[in-house]
Amino acid sequence: MNSTVSAIALPADWRDFLALTKPRVMSLVIFTGLCGMLAAPGHIHPVLGFTAILCIAIGAGGAAALNQWWESDLDAGMRRTADRPLPAGRMDRETARDFGVGLSAASVLVMGLAIGWLAGLILAISIVYYAVVYTIWLKPRTPQNIVIGGGAGAFPPMIGWIAVTGDITLMPVLLFAIIFIWTPPHFWALALFVQSDYAKVGIPMLPVVAGEKTTRRQILLYSLALLPIAAAPWLVGGTGIIYGMAALALSGLFLGFALPVAFRTRTGEDDPMRPEKRLFGYSVLYLFALFAALVADRVIWGQEFVR
Amino acid sequence: MNKQFEPDEEYLRRQRTRNIVLALILAGFAILFFAITLVRIKEGG
Repeated sequence: MNSTVSAIALPADWRDFLALTKPRVMSLVIFTGLCGMLAAPGHIHPVLGFTAILCIAIGAGGAAALNQWWESDLDAGMRRTADRPLPAGRMDRETARDFGVGLSAASVLVMGLAIGWLAGLILAISIVYYAVVYTIWLKPRTPQNIVIGGGAGAFPPMIGWIAVTGDITLMPVLLFAIIFIWTPPHFWALALFVQSDYAKVGIPMLPVVAGEKTTRRQILLYSLALLPIAAAPWLVGGTGIIYGMAALALSGLFLGFALPVAFRTRTGEDDPMRPEKRLFGYSVLYLFALFAALVADRVIWGQEFVR
Repeated sequence: MNKQFEPDEEYLRRQRTRNIVLALILAGFAILFFAITLVRIKEGG
């Protein structure tokens, strides 16, 4: 077979495929999914539990690959994302798309067959929610993209819980709500200090469209709302006091980090944006600590609190 | 100008690595499916 030598690109490296799955985001997804599973009442065989977490991780990786396939042009225009495999030219778009579709389909199929079709259905919804509803539909259209799109990241603990119990009750819905409310202040804190990048590629992030003042006020409102939502699993009797106290303390501290962000204005172009960076960093720690407290509470109290 | 494609060393290395990674993933899934089947049989589900 003859072909033009110059047209033949190098096959993408396996590290590029890994990068396509956004491993750092995946670690949070695995952690919250695992916590949802460990906090759920009942028992799951370790092999099935491992399979469920693997499917959640692969599903998240597939959705992330589809996100990068769709946004490769936008990623090329932002400093933070310009070195990803597609904008950097280390992989072609079709390969990324096929990889994303393959991972997504495989994760749903294995989840359905091995764990149950309710868990498989919620996983499928979470993938479509992230890849289609958020990436394709909301993100380029509305500054509220993060608010509604944040739901995509809120599914893993719910799926972990359903993998054990086989049904949806109040507790997994509350775990969903916690991440749903946590996402906007987490992302808007990031958007405040990478604002110029989003503006450059025309993504209507709240600071770009509504301005910094509105964004800072919204961060405060969501941080206030997070306090009762995070404490809700304890308030409805779904957990013990260990989780309750941890939720109040961690959410109080979250508010403490959000207040300086809410009531300040940028001092100039060279503002180091330290309060915003601190809030963003703490928000990641917050979610890890809150879900760790949920599991610790379950380990200590056993099956006493079941909702 | 068209001529016969001759893969260089880097091309072959990447292709080999991808094949090994793919084979390991498939082997992992085969073991996982086997384990799931055993668990399901044991649990009677």
